[in-house]
Amino acid sequence: MKDLKNEMKLEFLSKSANEAFARIAVAAFASQLDPTIEEIADIKTSVSEAVTNCIIHAYPDTEGLVKIHSKLYQNEIEIEISDTGEGIPDVEEAREPLYTTKGNLERSGMGFTIMENFMDSLKVESIVGLGTKVTMSKKIRKD
Amino acid sequence: MKVNHYIEEKILEVELTEEIDHHSSEKIRTRIDYEIQRFMPKKVIIDLAKVKFMDSAGIGLIIGRYKVALAYGGTLEVRNVSGKLKKILEMSGIHKIINIKTVA
Repeated sequence: MKDLKNEMKLEFLSKSANEAFARIAVAAFASQLDPTIEEIADIKTSVSEAVTNCIIHAYPDTEGLVKIHSKLYQNEIEIEISDTGEGIPDVEEAREPLYTTKGNLERSGMGFTIMENFMDSLKVESIVGLGTKVTMSKKIRKD
Repeated sequence: MKVNHYIEEKILEVELTEEIDHHSSEKIRTRIDYEIQRFMPKKVIIDLAKVKFMDSAGIGLIIGRYKVALAYGGTLEVRNVSGKLKKILEMSGIHKIINIKTVA
């Protein structure tokens, strides 16, 4: 069993101004593990991608709640970002690099690829009509 | 964000600052496109030296401006790309089509 050191939950409306709020809040929470600047940057970028996905894809025409649930262990952070929006019909396809349904909004289709590269693990669960949950974790100061 | 015009050389230089995400990129995009359409530069330079944060919205922003610059008869160069930003840009493969200059 991993030893849980701390835990937090955050809920906010899917407004694009909250992208910066979310990544800064999670980075501040993660700082309790004394991460490197590089590790903090990886976490901020990954949170930004996941939250942006909720805002653009989960609630394209409405505003809904985005939830963040994060846990700190001895040398690891786990971050769960979820919504109760539209859901993703084909998660595997959505995770492909450069795949986007919002090319008209100049979205690059790199969100999940960045999360995968910057975190140590990424799990995406989605049910159409019910919402999506992204769970990612990263080892901090592993060496 | 600071915009410099070099009239003789027909160069449009845009110095981006702070954070580039989905929220901020819309305003940046509108401004740069306005300048390109007005000035029709031979070369557009996007300088990232003062950017503190960038996620995948930056990739979309750069590809989009590359297309607009091209449509108005110019080219695009991205300058002063630091390690972190470079990692994100290279992941997308855009360095294969756009001239990306890293921090010396």
